[in-house]
Amino acid sequence: MLYMPVIGSSSLHPLYNCYSVVYANKVENVRLLDRVSSRKAALGTLYLTATHVIFVENASETRKETWVLHSQISSIEKQATTATGCPLLIRCKNFQVIQLIIPQERDCHDVYISLIRLARPVKYEELYCFSFNPKLDKEEREQGWKFVDLNEEYNRMGIPNDYWQISDVNRDYGVCDSYPTEVYVPKSATAHIIVGSSKFRSRRRFPALSYYCKDNNASICRSSQPLSGFSARCLEDEQMLQAIRKANPGSDFLYVVDTRPKLNAMANRAAGKGYENEDNYSNIKFQFIGIENIHVMRNSLQKMLEVCELKSPSMSDFLWGLENSGWLKHIKAIMDAGIFIAKAVAEEGVSVLVHCSDGWDRTAQVCSVASLLLDPYYRTMKGFMVLIEKDWISFGHKFNHRYGNLDGDPKEISPVIDQFIECVWQLMEQFPCAFEFNERFLIHIQHHIYSCQFGNFLCNSQKERRELKIQERTYSLWAHLWKNRADYLNPLYRSNHSQTQRTLYPQMTPCNFLYKFWSGMYNRFEKGLHPRQSVTDYLMAVKEETQQLEEELEVLGERLANLQKMQLNGNKIQSKQQDRGKQLGLSASTNSLANTPQEYGSDLKSFPSRSPSQGDEDSALILTQDNLKSSDPDLSANSDQESGVEDLSCRSPSGGGCLPSEDSGKDSDEAVCLAV
Amino acid sequence: MEFAELIKTPRADNAVLHGPRCPAVRGTLCLTGHHLIFSSRRKEGGEELWLLHANIDCVEKRFVGSLGTIVIKCKDLRIIQLDIPGMEECLNIASSIEALSTLDSITLMYPFFYRPMFEVVEDGWRSYLPEQEFELLSSVTDEWRLSCANKDFSVCPTYPPVVIIPKCIDDEALRKVAVFRYGGRFPVLSYYHKKNGMVMMRSSQPLTGTNGRRCKEDEKLINATLRPGKRGYIIDTRSLNVAQQARAKGGGFEQEVYYPQWRRIHKCIERFNILQESLIKLVEACNDQSHNMDRWLSKLEASNWLTHIKEILTAACLAAQCIDREGASVLVHGSDGTDSTLQVTSLAQIILDPRCRTIRGFEALVVREWLQAGHPFQLRCAQSAYSNTKQKWEAPVFLLFLDCVWQILRQFPCSFEFNEQFLIMLFEHAYASQFGTFLGNNENERSKLKLTQKTMSLWSWVNRSEELARFKNPLFEANSLVIWPSVAPQSLQLWEGVFLRWNRPSKFLDEAQEEVLNIINYNRELQAKVNALRRQLAELETDDRMQENLTLPVMNGVSSQAGNGLTQTSLKQLPSRSWQWEGEERRKK
Repeated sequence: MLYMPVIGSSSLHPLYNCYSVVYANKVENVRLLDRVSSRKAALGTLYLTATHVIFVENASETRKETWVLHSQISSIEKQATTATGCPLLIRCKNFQVIQLIIPQERDCHDVYISLIRLARPVKYEELYCFSFNPKLDKEEREQGWKFVDLNEEYNRMGIPNDYWQISDVNRDYGVCDSYPTEVYVPKSATAHIIVGSSKFRSRRRFPALSYYCKDNNASICRSSQPLSGFSARCLEDEQMLQAIRKANPGSDFLYVVDTRPKLNAMANRAAGKGYENEDNYSNIKFQFIGIENIHVMRNSLQKMLEVCELKSPSMSDFLWGLENSGWLKHIKAIMDAGIFIAKAVAEEGVSVLVHCSDGWDRTAQVCSVASLLLDPYYRTMKGFMVLIEKDWISFGHKFNHRYGNLDGDPKEISPVIDQFIECVWQLMEQFPCAFEFNERFLIHIQHHIYSCQFGNFLCNSQKERRELKIQERTYSLWAHLWKNRADYLNPLYRSNHSQTQRTLYPQMTPCNFLYKFWSGMYNRFEKGLHPRQSVTDYLMAVKEETQQLEEELEVLGERLANLQKMQLNGNKIQSKQQDRGKQLGLSASTNSLANTPQEYGSDLKSFPSRSPSQGDEDSALILTQDNLKSSDPDLSANSDQESGVEDLSCRSPSGGGCLPSEDSGKDSDEAVCLAV
Repeated sequence: MEFAELIKTPRADNAVLHGPRCPAVRGTLCLTGHHLIFSSRRKEGGEELWLLHANIDCVEKRFVGSLGTIVIKCKDLRIIQLDIPGMEECLNIASSIEALSTLDSITLMYPFFYRPMFEVVEDGWRSYLPEQEFELLSSVTDEWRLSCANKDFSVCPTYPPVVIIPKCIDDEALRKVAVFRYGGRFPVLSYYHKKNGMVMMRSSQPLTGTNGRRCKEDEKLINATLRPGKRGYIIDTRSLNVAQQARAKGGGFEQEVYYPQWRRIHKCIERFNILQESLIKLVEACNDQSHNMDRWLSKLEASNWLTHIKEILTAACLAAQCIDREGASVLVHGSDGTDSTLQVTSLAQIILDPRCRTIRGFEALVVREWLQAGHPFQLRCAQSAYSNTKQKWEAPVFLLFLDCVWQILRQFPCSFEFNEQFLIMLFEHAYASQFGTFLGNNENERSKLKLTQKTMSLWSWVNRSEELARFKNPLFEANSLVIWPSVAPQSLQLWEGVFLRWNRPSKFLDEAQEEVLNIINYNRELQAKVNALRRQLAELETDDRMQENLTLPVMNGVSSQAGNGLTQTSLKQLPSRSWQWEGEERRKK
């Protein structure tokens, strides 16, 4: 047992300081429990590195590895020591739950203490993105950051135009430090009006443009709550709203949507905040849409995750727990708000101003859901990145606080963007052809919001990111996802399909049964619970084959023409055919996870004639392929003969045997310590 | 014709039809002996509704002034509403529908009157005979025989005339075993697992009673299926408690003293009215149109439907696990052996046997394990979710089975030759049909009704290529392996295709299905084109090569240009065809 840190191959490493807290960096004979079946456990070695916790199985033929980024760890629990060892429970922000049993209590304690420190970095520099190096040169890095350009996006919407312009009023973050420097406002809103309005809004988040519909001039604007108290008013703020209304000449009023429950908004009045009084603003229609606050949402998720973590729950336990968590009710509330706004814009042609309290959580959710419903562009892969950049990153959604990247106030943490991502998934379930991307795309974005592997989601505002020089020191996720876009495509998407053309109108009522539990996200790592064959992967493989056939058809056609013309023989194409057959036959299925019986009848094990092979054939299902070394030659050989999915392998995308790694950096620096 | 007496008002003009998820239509309503027909006058041949009276589960009538409204709730869970002007007409029509939808006599049912409009290529009544099944079996093992002991239904009234039993058991012994089993349902072969020679048998409960009766022949029969030194499992679909209580009524379970080579496992699958109640509650929750649907999940939970699904699937997986993983033979029974037993044995076969996941294989399974095995369809499917009578014998046992199949299909979307529509079609026909297949409660009753002569088989209709096209799963790739479904609550879902069929918008989902079909069909089209071109090329090349042999030196330049160093012989060894055939075979399977 080593008690000295051995990782520091380079003393310049930014994490050098925290090595001193790593008490144990390698523990042997650790058991990793299978969450579904507690009988199954993998014996292996646990490594702590500067950025990851790594568990390597002893089983010589697989050597399966489980990698967990420190930034993904949300809680570590040391449980009472038993005869078999000391259990350690690690819960992750991407909903992975890892149960380890460490033989020695002292080792367990050391690991626990180390992880507590490692999982709660205090400085941005300690985060993974500052050491992550995907081996791109400076130029590629810069290109990556330019991939999503918001000015380009507003141009796409048709702005600036006669009604809207870009304002530099916030150029040094002088008006609002959580807003971007470039803000789009009505042309008639002078700097005086903007500044005046900003003084009447919480944290000076004045009304600014989020989405503009060029077909009918209706727009979605966003802000924070007005500081109206019981009777205060502000002329500039009233002028600001009027300017927004007038920027839509086709409509004689403006919706103001307060996404909070009415009671919460009223309580805010006592603190000098509140909501717009219809009497003071000309031609507004005020509307409450009750979405609960971040604390309610945090507790709701907590309750739902408790249900997900239940060991062999009954159907009743599960459904009751899900209902009691209220999670789907909250999802529906967000969707309803988004649908309301989309309808106002698309059907009534009325502009909408959206706010909540500070205008960075519920407002971001609702604006982005509405944009997604309204504009097919946001349902493309690139468009979705732009949408997150626009409504979340640029408008100062507090990523650092909400997702606990740095050690901070636990009361600030809340799954705000997780809920938005789930709303998108719920829409994908209802409109299977409407989105260019698939479920995996959403899951990987969620993963990286917490992973801190890329710089996109760092800090709480644009201002902080600029001060930290994020773009010079880290890489952009968008370029990384785009590079692997083949893995994120929805095979049913066709840009000329009716579902990809216009506004989506989800059914409003009765529709509770339309919102479903997303096991692909919240039970993401229990692969055994998911469908064993993926229709998406199958169809992508078929499409890829189709493309090859198209090419071949062309080549064959040419050849035939030549042959007929010249009556000559050519070997070239036949050899190409041979290659192709090989490719289709050998590529490993993305689905080749072990499929063996679950514990259908728990009393089987006491029976003496139990076959010795039982239980050895498949190992812990916690491990995903992402966590397997991509160079592992056993990747496809691992699959169980009874998996029932093997036949699919002949149709899987060539080279698609391994999903694009979410932890693509894991093989670079860290590999060093494994060799130790 | 006595139907005329029941039809007091055969026709009503100016009626308004409110169907699920479509705007109201004005038109004419007609009643015939077996159908309710509604045709709108607006469009030529446009909207016409033909509803079998047998499909009607319940009729309700309301009046507002002289405008009467009839609400018709169907066994396929659809609800339609008819507004009929005139109180008398409305009352007459309502009572006629009620009478026609509750005819007592089976021989008055539509299948006895139905004349097919299609050409019968294959007589479905002869598609799945026990003799054919036995032939398949005897090609792999000779330990079993066909027994005709029940040819006049005297040994067991609910069994078919021929059954498969161990070779070493004679008919005399069989009769003794039948006396020892409830309803005479002695253990018979349900499934033979070719991979390891293990078997699944099914029966009813043994009549041990309170003083523990035994039957040596019964012990001998089931022990005959064991390999030397091996043990087997008895899966009792009742809880231990229920099984013990059954002893008081003369029933019971196999006692370990007399069956030392068998280990008994009790599972708890509900029966009868508990299931029917569950269906009623579930459909009520799904139909709840009130805007306040907050408690949807708790209503779903309270119906217990998914709990039943989980229990049944778990028991089936356990049976399959015993056979495939433990290498043990299995006997399945509950009390009667006609309900939960069949759910378990048929689902276990879907898990174990790839053949059961094909269309014909699944049809054979339904015939073998449900129709011939004596599941009382007539009793169980008399009423569906809107029934008011609530008879003890009504229960959605078959629907639960179909739902379980759908759950497995959802988890293995590429392993089934049929699609969800196929399962929904079977659900509909089990409750109301123009075909005779699901009439009667067992083969005995069916032979008395002379169904094979007087009615058409469902399979005669389904197995025509026109119909099959609708029921084929475009994603199907033959999968020869055992498929183990997950039974965790997170993996089981409400079968929306049945329960929300009339309440949820399906346009976008249908479009997605269409898109899937387009992708697959386009691929096949290209494949066919490429194959045709290759064949054409190959022919040209052979011609070419013959010429080549004559003028070989001229060709040298070209073949070296190809650069792969292929000689003439190696060229012959890698014909494009071989790959292409593999591809085609993969599809055909």
